[in-house]
This record gives sequence, C-alpha cells and structure tokens, in this order.
Amino acid sequence: MDLTVIWAFIIAFAVFAYVVMDGFDLGIGILFPTFQPGRERDRAMNSIAPVWDGNETWLVLGGGGLFAAFPLAYAVILPATYPLIIAMLLGLVFRGVAFEYRWRDPGHQRFWDAAFTGGSLVAALAQGMTLGALLQGIEVEGRAYAGSWWDWLTPYTLLTGLGTVAGYALLGSTWLIWKLDGDEQAHARKLAVRAAIATIALMGAVSLYNISLNAEYAAQWLTAPHVYFAAPVPIITAIIAASLLRAITRDGNSKPFWLAIALFFLGMAGLGVTIWPYVVPPGITIWDAAAPERSQIFMLVGVALTMPLIIGYTIWAYWVFRGKVTDEGYH
Amino acid sequence: MFENLDALLLARIQFAFTISFHFFFPAFSIGLASYLAVLEGLWLKTGKPVYLDLFKYWIKIFAIAFAMGVVSGIVMSYQFGTNWSVFSDLAGPVVGPLMAYEVLTAFFLEAGFLGVMLFGMNKVGRKLHFAATLMVALGTFVSAFWILSVNSWMQTPVGYIMGENGQFLPGESWWDIVFNPSFPYRLVHTVMAAYLTTAFVVGAVGAWHLLKDRANPHARKMFSMAMWMAAIVTPLQIFAGDMHGLNTLEHQPAKVMAMEGHYQSHPEGAPLILFGIPDSEAKTVRYAIEIPKASSLILKHDLNAPMAGLDTIPDDEEPPVGMVFWAFRIMVGIGFAMLGIGLWSLWGRVRGRLYDMVWLHRAAVLMGPSGFAAVLAGWITTEVGRQPYVIYGLLRTADAASPLDAPAVAASLLAFILVYFTVFGIGVWYILKLMGKSPQAGELGAKRGDVGPIRTAGITPGPTQNPGSPDTLPSAKPTDKERV
Ligand code: HDD
Ligand code: HEM
Ligand code: HEM
Repeated sequence: MDLTVIWAFIIAFAVFAYVVMDGFDLGIGILFPTFQPGRERDRAMNSIAPVWDGNETWLVLGGGGLFAAFPLAYAVILPATYPLIIAMLLGLVFRGVAFEYRWRDPGHQRFWDAAFTGGSLVAALAQGMTLGALLQGIEVEGRAYAGSWWDWLTPYTLLTGLGTVAGYALLGSTWLIWKLDGDEQAHARKLAVRAAIATIALMGAVSLYNISLNAEYAAQWLTAPHVYFAAPVPIITAIIAASLLRAITRDGNSKPFWLAIALFFLGMAGLGVTIWPYVVPPGITIWDAAAPERSQIFMLVGVALTMPLIIGYTIWAYWVFRGKVTDEGYH
Repeated sequence: MFENLDALLLARIQFAFTISFHFFFPAFSIGLASYLAVLEGLWLKTGKPVYLDLFKYWIKIFAIAFAMGVVSGIVMSYQFGTNWSVFSDLAGPVVGPLMAYEVLTAFFLEAGFLGVMLFGMNKVGRKLHFAATLMVALGTFVSAFWILSVNSWMQTPVGYIMGENGQFLPGESWWDIVFNPSFPYRLVHTVMAAYLTTAFVVGAVGAWHLLKDRANPHARKMFSMAMWMAAIVTPLQIFAGDMHGLNTLEHQPAKVMAMEGHYQSHPEGAPLILFGIPDSEAKTVRYAIEIPKASSLILKHDLNAPMAGLDTIPDDEEPPVGMVFWAFRIMVGIGFAMLGIGLWSLWGRVRGRLYDMVWLHRAAVLMGPSGFAAVLAGWITTEVGRQPYVIYGLLRTADAASPLDAPAVAASLLAFILVYFTVFGIGVWYILKLMGKSPQAGELGAKRGDVGPIRTAGITPGPTQNPGSPDTLPSAKPTDKERV
C-alpha cells in the first residue's frame, strides 16, 4: 500500500472519530430543548462537559490532517463551501462557550441553552451539507475552485444536511440512554426511536440519490465485481437497524449507542466506496492532491508515536467519568 | 458597510481580526495554566490552604478563557483554507505537517486532560490531578512551540525546495524548517510575553482586593507572586526583545527600518527616533525627537556604523511604516512601564511595605490589561512589518488569497465581528465579574461557584457528591497554619 492510501485512511479515521464523538455532543445540543430546564438539562450537559473539548479536537485533526497530507484538496474544498464552513465555525463558537456561560449566569441560562441548541444545529447541518457538496462534485480549474459561492446549495445537500442532523440526534439520544437513568432515560429512549427512524430513512434516500447523481457512482456500486461487495451492505444495514430499534426500546443500556456507531460506520464506509479514489470528485484523486513523500513520512512518524498515547489517555479520561451521571454531575 | 473594499483587503482584515481575538486568550491561558500548576504544586508541597483557594479561584476564570481560546482557535485552523487557499496549496507540504504535529502533540493533550483538571479532583486523587494540570500546562506550551515555528518559517523561510508545480516542498532536513532562524527568538519572546500578560492580570486582581482590604491573605499572596514575576521576567523580556530585534535586522532589514522610521540611509551613524509622525508620502518622520547615533549604537554596537534606510528598498516591497512604527513604540513603552512596576515592588519589598503602598496597588490595577496591549502591538509589528509578503521574499500576500467574491468575504467578516464582540465580550464580562469577587477560604471549584447546578436544581448535595467543595478533597495536612 502506498503512503497516500495510508494517509487517506488516517484522514478517514479522524473524520469518523470526529463524527461519532462530537456527533453525540452536537446531538445532545440538538435535542436540548426537549429536556426540562433544571435537573434534566443539567444532567444532559454534565454527561458531556468533561469530554466535549477532546471530541472537538478530532475536527482540528481532520482539517489539519487534510491541510498537511492533501493540501490541494484543502485548498479547493474550503473555498468551495465557504459559507458552510463559516456557519459551522460560528455555530461551534456558540455551542462551545455555552458549556461555561450557562453556569456563570443563571439569569440568562435559557439564552445560553438556546445558543447551545442553535450552535449545535447549525454546525451539524453545515457539516452534513459540506459532505453533500463534496459528493455532488466541485468545479475546479487549474489548482483552484472555479465555481460560484452558492454552488453548494442544492436539494441533495439539504438532504445530506438533514441526514447528519438526524444521525447526530440518534448518537446523542443513545449516549443519554447510557448515561442517564429513571425518567430521563425513558425520555431519551423515546427520542432515540424517532431519531433512529429518521436517520435510517434519510440514509436510504441519500444512497438512492447518490446512484442517480452520477454515472460513475452508480458504476462503483452496480457493476461486477463491486456489486458482490455492495449487495450485502443494505442487508447488514437492515439487520443493524432492526437490532438498534430493539435495543432502544428494550433494556439496552450502552448497546444502542454502540449500534448507532455501527450504523454510522456503515454509512461512512459506503460513502468511502462511492467516491474512491477521488478526494474532490469529479477531478482530483488522492494522488493528485497528495503532499510529497517527505511530508507524508514525517507526519506518519508523528502519528505512529502519538496516536496510541492519544487514544490511551482519551479512554482514560472517559473512564474517569464513567457510569451514570449523578445528580451532582461532575460539578 | 464594506462595499468599496476588495476581496483581498477584506480577507486580510478578517484574518487580522480573528487572530487578534484568538491570541488574547492563549496569551492569558498559557501563563494561567502554568500559574495554576505552580499553585497546585505549592499546595501539595506545603499543604497551605491559601494555595488551594487560589487554585480554585483562578481555575474558574481559566475555564472560561480556555473555552474562548478553543473556539476562536478552531476558526483559525480552517481559515487558512477558506481565505488563503493559494497559500495553503503552495505552502501546505511544509507548514501543514508542523500544524498537524501541533494537533497531535498539543491540542489533544490539553483537551484530553482538561476535563480531569476541571472536574476530576475528587475522582482521581491529588497526584493524578496534579499530573493532569501539568499536562494541560505542557500542552499550551507545545502548542505555542509549533504554531510559532510555522509563523517563523513564514518570516524566515529556509530548508525548502521549489516543486515544479510551484509548491514549496520540504528539503533535506525538517530540523532546518522547524528551527528556522527567527524561531528561537520568537518562541522565547512570545512565551515570556504570555507569562507577563498573566502576571499583570493576577497582580491587578490582587492589588484590587488589597485596595479594599489590605489584610486579605489571598490578595496578598497573589499580589506578591505576580510582583516577583514582574520584577524578574520583565528585564529578561526586554533583553530577549533586543536580541529578537538584532535577529530581525539580519533577516528582515526592511521591517527594522520601518520600526525605526528610517526612510533615509545614514552613512555615519543613524539616530534613534523616540517619537514623531511618519509621513510615507514625503518619506520623512515629522516632529521627530531623536537621539543622534543611538540607533546605530543599539543595533550595531557602534556609534558611527552606517545604516541603510527604506530608500534602498523598492517602493513596492516596503511595509506600511506608520503602523509598524507606532505598534513597536507601544510595545516597548509598555515593556518599560512593566519594568517600572517590577522595580517599584522590589523597593517596597525591601522596605517591608509591599502590601501598604496604595499607589503601587493603583498602578498595578491600571497595568492589568497592559500585557494584552503589548502582545497585540508586538504581533502587529511582526506581521505588518513583513508585508507585502506572506512568505517573506517569496510569496506576496496579494497572490495568496482564495478565489472568493468580495460579498462572500464581506458577509463573513461582518458575522465574525458581530459574533466575536458579543460572545467574547460577554465572556470577558463574566471573567471580570469573577475577578471582582474576593477569593475566600474554602473557595469553590471550577463549576460550582455560587451558581452551580445544585442551586438551580434545588438539591442539597451530600459531601461525597460534591467535587467542587473543599471538604470532599483529599484534605490538606491538618497541621498547616495559614501564613502569608
Ligand atoms: C501561522 C501563521 C500566523 C500566525 C501564528 C499569526 N499570523 Fe498574522 N498573518 C498571517 C499568518 C499568521 C498571514 C496568513 O500570513 C497573514 C494573512 C494576511 C497577511 O498579510 O498575512 C497575517 C496577517 C496579519 C495581520 C494583517 C497585516 C496586514 O494585512 O497588513 C495582522 C494585524 C496579524 N496578522 C496579526 C497577527 C496576530 C495578532 C497574531 C498573533 C497570534 C498573528 N498575526 C499570528
Ligand atoms: C494562525 C495561527 C493559529 C492557528 C491556526 C491556531 C489554531 C488553534 C486551534 C485550532 C486551537 C484550538 C485547539 C483545541 O481544540 O484545543 C487553538 C488554541 C490554542 N492556541 Fe492557537 N492558533 C494560532 C495562533 C496561536 C499562537 C500564535 C499561539 C501562541 C503563541 C497559540 C496558542 C494556542 C493555545 C495555547 C491554545 C489552547 C487554547 C487556549 O489556550 O486558549 N495559537 N489554536
Ligand atoms: C521593551 C522591550 C521590548 C523590545 C525591545 C521588544 C522587541 C521586539 C521586536 C523587535 C519584535 C519584532 C520581531 C520581528 O518581527 O521579527 C517583537 C515582537 C513581539 N513582542 Fe516585543 N519587545 C519588547 C517588549 C515586549 C513586551 C513587554 C511584550 C509583551 C508582554 C512583547 C510581546 C511581543 C510579541 C507577542 C511579539 C510578536 C511575536 C514575536 O515576533 O516575537 N514585547 N518584540
């Protein structure tokens, strides 16, 4: 395997880690208004307060990794989705400060709770739409983006945006099933059922749309030999979806969360197969965009040395705050 | 409101605006993280509760500042691509890996241990908690290391080769790139700047509470600690700044000419212009107050050394002189004012009256924000002084921008201005409110303050559930007496 492929997998891993980990934080933000002010909201917030910053760092790794390993892709995608990226960044500003501000100013707690929800919603929508904009293809001339600043807005990107919002809500609600108990857990279960149904429906719609979007994507899936690998995917997805719904409605504690992650994994793997080997469809492959070997090796050393440590202390930090959130939370 | 400006200028304003805001928070949190580590270390070593109280007092402020630093930093890391895409494409192979190292070695470290540092005190025990605090402090330093290496490489680029597609590619040795010629100076000067910024904030808060109650033991302790920093670090900082200037003279002479206001060359010793009004049209500094030959003495250690001026630089390669000239004077002026406070406090200490000198306390309150002003002025000197280049001598700023329409950038700039002033303005207000309260014996931890989730939830916590309260902490040694 060449270094460029390894780097493509590293970036994909960072993006997946981000989507899952910050996904449940953002999902809780999205669902926040359905929780009662006071104890319920405080507990939901406390279940992520010690970890959200670490979760968000995967976003910086995804972006920074793309910059370092595929500079051309970074230099094309970000101008092409400019308004989406700015909206996401501003959304993250609001939700990030809300963690602190809501405790500091009880008089305006409602306001910061709304900022938490609004910021999370905007960030999730913008991320999903950015993904859609990438999949639907970006116009490039020479080494630069050549389209206009509204090209990203299409029905397809709206669909991927909504799908991401629903998916994050699913992750958030299943996380809360795990971390809460009593009435609040029951409430989270109700939310999770709805989010799961919405997610599955939207995932299906996006998949079908993908095939109609361009002939090459259809070919990736529908011709032999690909079709032999592709055919089981919907079946596996259906099985996971069914067990997810079961686990949510029965006694599943942490199980719904893990199954939701599995669903996300399938979705992302599917998208990976769809655009491979392009990093910016339809024109730029991962090899076109790759940094020179010297840069790739230098960073690979860094990843090899630090990633095990990062994963180690991240797990430790989660372990420290394991178990149900108590009334007092971590505060 | 920005309709007459072109996309390039808007992008520059946006970058300058967002980085200036961002840098305020690291400038404070790099120093504060270290200060918290020192406080916790002293508490563990001596067992004196005053250190624990101060730790808990400052960690609440740290939590807010850190959150603001994180969210404004994420904006920065994406802005290279959104607004400077040509720069990202061309320089990505060289600076991208350094920024990736920053994420891997610094951001994860800070973020991973931050949760334990803020909320984990009664979950992991003292030693491990102290380790988490140290990791966060270390992370802030490592972060400064990498990002300053990137910035310094853009100022003094070495160790690269030009690719056929116009990209800058890494040459033989990464070592040359990371430790480029201006990096050691910039790292030392910037990290000390962060320490001074924090020291003057801590000193101002201490002084404020001393003015209200001279006997306040917590205020005394923090004031005294901050004044030691002021007295010791300021001279070092001035020395480092001087060395930095000599380094800049070697690598970016045009920047130094702008700092000094030397439009003309001086074959027999250049004067040091203390004040004046640079006039770039007429190429002269009006109403200049100058010391003859002193500039040659400082920069070349020889009264009669010849010094070239901006007349030796083509007009289209000159930086804007006015901004650089003024920003530099503001920074240096503040540096000497800080030195003044440091010396004044030493004198007070010698006489044993450090806590009684009301005028010193008033001056210290006034100097509270001075570090932020100096840091901003320093960066403006550095960044404006390297114009018109973004990679010095090689890539012009004008050629580095993204192909964006002006309305897109105008809209984002407007959004940043509105959001930053509101959100960060409110954050700073919360910080000031916390600073306005006097630290107490039995100060509460990061989240509880007086308005934690307990009050809002109306539940009285049992001791074991209450990590913020000191009685649940591994207790201080019982024999300790409060002594300041
Ligand atoms: C990693 C790189 C980097 C770092 C650490 C900084 N800058 Fe910078 N700065 C740039 C990279 C850059 C740049 C990309 O090179 C810009 C954008 C446009 C330009 O002219 O240079 C720039 C421009 C720029 C300008 C506008 C100058 C002009 O257009 O005339 C200002 C005022 C600052 N910066 C201020 C700062 C401050 C306060 C910083 C402190 C944190 C800072 N910069 C760190
Ligand atoms: C253009 C330049 C810069 C970029 C792209 C940038 C990027 C970032 C990012 C993405 C974060 C958030 C990390 C997290 O999630 O924890 C951050 C925070 C931080 N940055 Fe920057 N940064 C820049 C300039 C600087 C400079 C010049 C320094 C110091 C000398 C610095 C020091 C820090 C520190 C210490 C933090 C931790 C958060 C805090 O202390 O508030 N940064 N930066
Ligand atoms: C009074 C003596 C001082 C002198 C002679 C001095 C000198 C310098 C010089 C020459 C530069 C520009 C270097 C370049 O662009 O290549 C600089 C930058 C800077 N200064 Fe100072 N300085 C002094 C005091 C201070 C103080 C008190 C602070 C903050 C508390 C400070 C913070 C900074 C910062 C943050 C920068 C930008 C980063 C860098 O290039 O290092 N300086 N200083």
